[in-house]
Amino acid sequence: MERVTETGAQTMPERHERSQWIAFAVMVAALLAAPFFVYPLFVMQALCFALFALAFNLLIGYVGLLSFGHALYFGWASYLSAYSAKAWGFTPELAILTGTLTAAICGLVAGSLAIRRQGIYFAMITLALAQMMFFVALQAKFTGGEDGIQAVPRGYLFGVIDLRNDMAMYAVVLVVFLFGFLFIHRIIHSPFGEVLKAIRENEPRAISLGYKTDRYKLIAFVLSATLAGLAGSTKAIVLQIASLTDVNWPMSGEVVLMSLVGGLGTIFGPIVGAIVILTMQYKLAPVGEWVLVIQGVIFVACVLLFRRGIVGEIAHKLKIRL
Amino acid sequence: MFELCLPAILGGKCIPSAALFGQLLIGLINGSFYALLSLGLAVIFGMLNIINFTHGAQYMLGAFTAYIILQKTGLGYWPALIIAPLIVGVLGIIIERTMLQWLYKLDHLYGLLLTFGVALIIEGIVRNEYGSAGLPYTLPDSLRGGQNLGFMFLPNYRAWVVGASLVVCFGTWFVIERTRLGAYLRAATENPTLVRAFGINVPRMITLTYGFGVALAAFAGVMAAPIYNVSPQMGAELIIVVFAVVVIGGMGSILGAILTGFGLGVIEGLTKVFFPEASNTVIFVIMAIVLLVRPAGLFGRRA
Repeated sequence: MERVTETGAQTMPERHERSQWIAFAVMVAALLAAPFFVYPLFVMQALCFALFALAFNLLIGYVGLLSFGHALYFGWASYLSAYSAKAWGFTPELAILTGTLTAAICGLVAGSLAIRRQGIYFAMITLALAQMMFFVALQAKFTGGEDGIQAVPRGYLFGVIDLRNDMAMYAVVLVVFLFGFLFIHRIIHSPFGEVLKAIRENEPRAISLGYKTDRYKLIAFVLSATLAGLAGSTKAIVLQIASLTDVNWPMSGEVVLMSLVGGLGTIFGPIVGAIVILTMQYKLAPVGEWVLVIQGVIFVACVLLFRRGIVGEIAHKLKIRL
Repeated sequence: MFELCLPAILGGKCIPSAALFGQLLIGLINGSFYALLSLGLAVIFGMLNIINFTHGAQYMLGAFTAYIILQKTGLGYWPALIIAPLIVGVLGIIIERTMLQWLYKLDHLYGLLLTFGVALIIEGIVRNEYGSAGLPYTLPDSLRGGQNLGFMFLPNYRAWVVGASLVVCFGTWFVIERTRLGAYLRAATENPTLVRAFGINVPRMITLTYGFGVALAAFAGVMAAPIYNVSPQMGAELIIVVFAVVVIGGMGSILGAILTGFGLGVIEGLTKVFFPEASNTVIFVIMAIVLLVRPAGLFGRRA
């Protein structure tokens, strides 16, 4: 993939790295300014979903695995985070940690089952396992069934900082998001990430080179589930609710849509996609069920006409990688 | 009537025979739908290399078409059983010609994503028109009533659904495995280029295969209409279970898909009798066990 060609004084990798740093700087600046211009709760929600989409995209974009059941990790992390904060009185950072760990364990179990089959079966297995855990959530007592877990206390970060203040909460969400973003960036650009991309391009060849690809796939799966869980846990604290919506299959579809709209396999794409889809949902809330139709139309349009997504298309035009 | 008891080690629960066989019958009916849908998925996957996520929506559309035909024209169940699959099948052919045909050279997952999008569109439109509450569809008069078999009461309609599904499933198997047309289909699945070189119009075969698979789903939908209420979400819930059925059975074998479908329906029915709280999850648990023991699926070949 990576072809080193001279363009003036710069080599291609340097050029990619510089454009990514510029994009990153623009993003951080925008996120620092955002809560002063946009409703902070919306930005926080968007950041949680952006992290969720980034985690999902780590699998599809860099290992070529389509998980159609990421609501499992997002939703169950959200439940455990909400429950531990409300019932056990955990401080927010501990609650988020509890949720994230839950997602990691779920990811380990579901991942080791799903990687036993390839391609299209992988997607069906992840979807089926997520549906199973949806029914468990529906029947379990602690999840509150149809009501979900409501009025989750935001609490005091480290027992000190009052998160009922939206700006303090925003700072926490921003730190969590940037940590997740940089962590994923680090994974993709590590030797481990190079092996993942090799598996995406040609798995039999990676195996013949001596890589235990199943182990790499499982680690990538657990990482992705864990980060999706981090997003879900944080969301539960921010919006103070965990519900069946978070763990049901349309949520799995939504995160696919976000990544697809933004651009599969681009590092900034899922963020743009999450913002676009959430904005659309807010603007279109009054038209009710048409949201479903419009989401479907976007899916179809992206697959037929627009497979690179927004960020992928921009990067392609500018001949850079974002 | 008599009672049946579980061994003490499984809780020793006792069930009257009528309840047991009643649930078994419901299991067989669900199994018929699993079999019809997974059969359609397998046939479509064989020719198009696409997992048809729209399958559930097309099953729902079959039920709704029957409902609409009854409301608008007064035509009842029997005409609907023919007309609805035809209409939905033609809609499927339009979908294949306008969208799916552009995806055959791409990664499988794009087909899944596109058909998922189409499913959302169909479900959204139906919800807008008819709301998300279930609508009743009346039984045809000719299938009302039932037989008392001594150990249980057998409603005629349920017997008809199981019988008709078996006939359609084995009819499909026969056409694909035992006729000349089926031989063309199987050959085109193996090597489309070579089959085209023999002068057979493979793209048209692909289109018709998709139309047929979709019509099967709509047929199941019409048969489901009098049993369950007709509702926009009836397909989405079903298709996920059918995916699990397909993972368990593997898509390599038509007979395998039929057997797995009916078998899992029965197991689910029995679970509803003895462990009702596990009845929603049992098929997924079986899927997990099969993945551990036989990763390629019961009837699958290792890819």
